[in-house]
Amino acid sequence: MPLVSVQSISYNYNSEVVLENVSFNVEEGDFLGIIGPNGAGKTTLFQCILGLLNTYSGRITILNEDIKINKKIFTKIGYIPQKKSIDQKFPLTVEELVSLSLTRKTSMNIVYDILKQVGLYNMKNKLIGQLSGGQQQRVLIAKALVNNPIILMLDEPTNELDQKSQDDFYFLLKDLNEKNKITIMWTSHDMNAVNKYANKVSCINKRMFFHGDKEEFFSNEDHLKNYSESSMQIHFHTHVI
Amino acid sequence: MFELDFFSYGFIQRALLSGLIVAVTCPLIGIFLVLKRQSLFGDAISHMAFGGIAIGTFLNIYPIWTAMGFSIAAALAIAKIRHSTKLPSDSMVAVMLSLGLGVGVTLVSLSDGFSVDLFSFLFGSILLVSYQDIFQIVFVAIIVVSIIMVYYKKFIYIAFDEDQAKISGIQVEKLNYLFTVLVAITIIVSMKLVGILLISSLIVIPNITALLFNKGFKKTLLFSIILSTSSVFAGIVLSYYYNLAPSGMIVLLSTSGFIIAFLVRNLYYQIR
Repeated sequence: MPLVSVQSISYNYNSEVVLENVSFNVEEGDFLGIIGPNGAGKTTLFQCILGLLNTYSGRITILNEDIKINKKIFTKIGYIPQKKSIDQKFPLTVEELVSLSLTRKTSMNIVYDILKQVGLYNMKNKLIGQLSGGQQQRVLIAKALVNNPIILMLDEPTNELDQKSQDDFYFLLKDLNEKNKITIMWTSHDMNAVNKYANKVSCINKRMFFHGDKEEFFSNEDHLKNYSESSMQIHFHTHVI
Repeated sequence: MFELDFFSYGFIQRALLSGLIVAVTCPLIGIFLVLKRQSLFGDAISHMAFGGIAIGTFLNIYPIWTAMGFSIAAALAIAKIRHSTKLPSDSMVAVMLSLGLGVGVTLVSLSDGFSVDLFSFLFGSILLVSYQDIFQIVFVAIIVVSIIMVYYKKFIYIAFDEDQAKISGIQVEKLNYLFTVLVAITIIVSMKLVGILLISSLIVIPNITALLFNKGFKKTLLFSIILSTSSVFAGIVLSYYYNLAPSGMIVLLSTSGFIIAFLVRNLYYQIR
């Protein structure tokens, strides 16, 4: 049974096609990189899966539960939005932000353990606006981890991060995927990062052009030719091995 | 210069007691309004209250009830419209301001102008607070403080990022409606003290001042309550001794606090 099943999702906005007949499954343990140019519909796809948009046609299930029927299923998902949507001046310390996700059943010790895991325990009393971009992304991951999610969904998490911060960030994600067995879905423009860290790739440009194993995607030039390279901001970085 | 025996006057005791309770309650509401970038929402509610008071005065019904009903009903309706249409908050504030003022001014003109009662609602009459008023203020304060204490993390989460709050299972729409009601009832019972025109200042200015100091949420809230209670206390005392309008003094002191804090903060960062 797939963890997430997206079945023939189509979404229009003001008569413009944003997503057209998108279908794919995400299996437990996947480290899925979703690539596509600006305007490809990646964020919209995430919003559909997260239940933030519900006027799409088609069906999305998480753990075999239709998300339009069982809305409690979203508590199984940790979501890290694009950095630009976060208010940098919000008066919250790291500890206060991460503990927002606490329920009555969870204690502050879990917050401290997670902060140690993401390497931010010593900064727990700092304001989020005082952190670097990479540290802020780690705080958001920590917040998402408090309620033991089975999936982490990250929307272009390494935009505006320097190379070292990006590498550190992806190492953390890889760690969470392999040790904590958390399924990762992330959108990116960075082909090299997807090639290096993902085990599955989805290519989307309003339609799904490819979904499958990373090796299959990167070994076949036709997959890249299927949508215009000129419209896709391809970033090639040298990642630390 | 300042004689302490003025504290023995009953009207001063009632003014200080009601003022301090309001001074604690208003920043509790105001911090979430400021963080959600809805600082003028309080103004909109207070203008709706003006319309509600005018309705009560016109129909010879106790104005507080009509102000409460009209403000809450209209605020909830507009919150619903905002959720449905995704129109920006400031647009909705403009609609509410206009609606409240329009209703108020029209009904006042039909009532042959301003009465003394309406004047005291506009500008406050803290020195005329009765024990019944204090009872209402305490009752509302208990409700507001209790609900904030239970839901404050969810309110923070909603203010930080509504989408993430929704995904985490928080009933964002219902809590937004609840918060709207809390704002309305806080303003309605507080406007007797500083008036419809100035109550919004008491709600947001102490929080805006506290935010200048870049502290976490709890310290910011604590600091804003200290600022609010200080300005209310000093405002009442100074207005008594210098025969000035208490509501004006309270707001002037609150605003002066913001200016001083801003200058001190800038000086501190220049020296560093």
